[in-house]
Amino acid sequence: MSASSSAPLRNPQAIPERELPVVSIAEFRTGILSAVAAGGRLAALFGHPMGKSGVKLCAILAADEAGECAVVTTAVKDRYPALAPDCPQAQGFERELAEQYGLTPEGHPWLKPIRNGSYPFFRVEGEEIHEVAVGPVHAGIIEPGHFRFQCLGERVLHLEIQLGFQHRGVERLLEGAISPRSVAVAESVAGDTVIGHTLVFCEAIEALGECQVSPRAQALRGIALELERAANHVGDLGALGADIGFLPAAAHFGRLRGEFLNLLIELTGSRYGRSFLRPGGVLFDLSSSLETQFTKRLGQAQRDLKTFASLFFDNASVLGRLEGTGAVSRQVSDELGLVGPAARACGSHRDVRRDHPSGIYQFAHIPIVLGETGDVYARALIRWLETERSLEFLLEQIGNLPEGELRISCGKLAPNHLALSLAEGWRGEIAHLVITDPRGQIARYKVVDPSFHNWMALSMAMRDGAISDFPLCNKSFNLSYAGHDL
Amino acid sequence: MIGLSCRLLVHVAVVLLAPPLLLGVIGKTKAFLTGRIGPPILQPYYDLWKLWHKGAVYSRTTSWLFRAGPMVALAAFLVAALLIPLGSQPAPLSFFGDVILWAYLFGLARFATVLAAMDTGSSFEGMGASREVTFSSLAEPALFLGLAVVARQTQSLSLSQMLGPALAHAWAVSAPALGLVAASLFIVLLAENARIPVDDPATHLELTMIHEVMVLDHGGPDLGLILYGSALKLFVLGMLLVQLFLPGMPWVGLLVLCLLIGAVESLMARLRLVHVPRLLMAACALAAMGLLLVWS
Repeated sequence: MSASSSAPLRNPQAIPERELPVVSIAEFRTGILSAVAAGGRLAALFGHPMGKSGVKLCAILAADEAGECAVVTTAVKDRYPALAPDCPQAQGFERELAEQYGLTPEGHPWLKPIRNGSYPFFRVEGEEIHEVAVGPVHAGIIEPGHFRFQCLGERVLHLEIQLGFQHRGVERLLEGAISPRSVAVAESVAGDTVIGHTLVFCEAIEALGECQVSPRAQALRGIALELERAANHVGDLGALGADIGFLPAAAHFGRLRGEFLNLLIELTGSRYGRSFLRPGGVLFDLSSSLETQFTKRLGQAQRDLKTFASLFFDNASVLGRLEGTGAVSRQVSDELGLVGPAARACGSHRDVRRDHPSGIYQFAHIPIVLGETGDVYARALIRWLETERSLEFLLEQIGNLPEGELRISCGKLAPNHLALSLAEGWRGEIAHLVITDPRGQIARYKVVDPSFHNWMALSMAMRDGAISDFPLCNKSFNLSYAGHDL
Repeated sequence: MIGLSCRLLVHVAVVLLAPPLLLGVIGKTKAFLTGRIGPPILQPYYDLWKLWHKGAVYSRTTSWLFRAGPMVALAAFLVAALLIPLGSQPAPLSFFGDVILWAYLFGLARFATVLAAMDTGSSFEGMGASREVTFSSLAEPALFLGLAVVARQTQSLSLSQMLGPALAHAWAVSAPALGLVAASLFIVLLAENARIPVDDPATHLELTMIHEVMVLDHGGPDLGLILYGSALKLFVLGMLLVQLFLPGMPWVGLLVLCLLIGAVESLMARLRLVHVPRLLMAACALAAMGLLLVWS
């Protein structure tokens, strides 16, 4: 992409809106397509209404290998040639644009509202085809979503996923003046990614308020984020065990998840890490007596994890269920722009902690774990190995905590700026984008949960698979409904 | 005469009261092996009590078939329970060829359950019914081949005689064949009773279930009948297995069987659904080899 058509951005950074080049729609398209063809990824594509003159489209392009981000913008009135046919990762974003602003991406292959879909489902015709509809109310205690399978016997030909049942208007709630409520909303974007989303929110606000968080607060944020990752990854391994009827894994991993949540409560006062992160720093410190306790308990958790993982991954009947189930190829992963463990399981090199580091991750590097096969086994393996890496990081950080203020005050938000903030939550890349108005209030807040990129991968993983493997496949992705629906 | 009716009463009382205990023992074994305390051993009785004190809700799309399903199935299992001897006493009902009736009573129960499932018109239940029928059509040959071995060695087609004194002689002359049949019938038992590695009785995931998904729409007393029926089925099939292979010690055998089922469920994962037929074919092959051994 030529330098004039896009503006480079770091993570996290706020730049004045006037420095953003507004290009024609043709240049916008070629800019995105050439960046994606060169191995880039569409981290976000969103609209910002400009009154009568139409909608401004903003695309955030991430070149993960180079560790660079760029923003490119254009203005459209009511219709434009869709990106999705040439760039599949835009499909969800374009459906969202059509739903939110009434834009028509012309030529979009499946222009169905993404969150409000009372629209016909894709059907496979044929005498022996049968349709299975699951949800939105499920048998387990999970979030609501509707799955429509087109099956030939036990074989799934097509799966369409309809979400939107959890839409709460999160982005709208975050607009306007920053208030104590804003951070509570950010904590509630997805109930299992409290630290992830709040961290990204805080870093965006700090970038706009020119606030430099102390090294100690940065380290504590990293500790909370990795504890959240460990708790969720280990919990997922246990849930995979329960899904295949392998009880020891379900019991032991479940207990270990509890241990990580207990550590999180010691640090933050909440099992899920609520009321810990605030713009400008953190609210609670890790005392030296707690540090020794953490080191001891994390060491024990590390040994337990090793034992339980060998119990799980060395069992032939377990491997028989995991291997080859729900495979996603590297090509599909890159075309759909998958993020997080789901992408790394396919061999796609990307991790915000390495590619676009912020906070503590600029100084402490966590080795990236890659899979090859893209199946349930690879996704499970990545979860185990990433948890090990996270525990090593935690043990390294605790005991070497830098000094510094826990929390400093944040300045007023810079007016007419665009801020980008990214973090690697346990599901993958979380992106928040903030546009401020001339008074320094938030005019547009865009949240991109990793699930938004990854839901399509679940559909692809089920193609030609067995319908009885769906719950296992679904659990191996464990995507957020709330994070998608916002 | 009085002795006969006493025996009948004892048999009926045992058959009516004992089966839920097996589920309790299996549950406790699984809990122990996975480091939990688990539900009380009498929990299945409490569950039945609870279910039989509930009301029932019926979908308007269902007909009498739906309500008849659990009752026919339970009735079939009860009759099957009258055909099986308990310990040294012959069964209350016994005649030449009763083993054929006994085996097909399970077929009748399955037929009624499948009809009730199809009657709801739900895609889940249709899927479950199709799986159940497919897998049981593979389990049935294994059961019959196994029974054929025993029938040939005991020169009888009546369960009471097949499991009676003649069995000791059969063990003396053809232990290898009966050993193969034991392995085969254990697999059939796991499949017929919807246990791991064929089915998971504890799962809540409709898409993976076989037996459980067929009874999703039943609630309250009907669900109670189904739960009780499945306990009874485990008891009756288990009784056949332990009396064949631990002659003279039915109760110890039953306890060992429950511990074994609990251990299998705790120590291995479920098979992938497409691999279940292979397991059942293996059961058929084992029983067929047993039959070859005793043929001459």
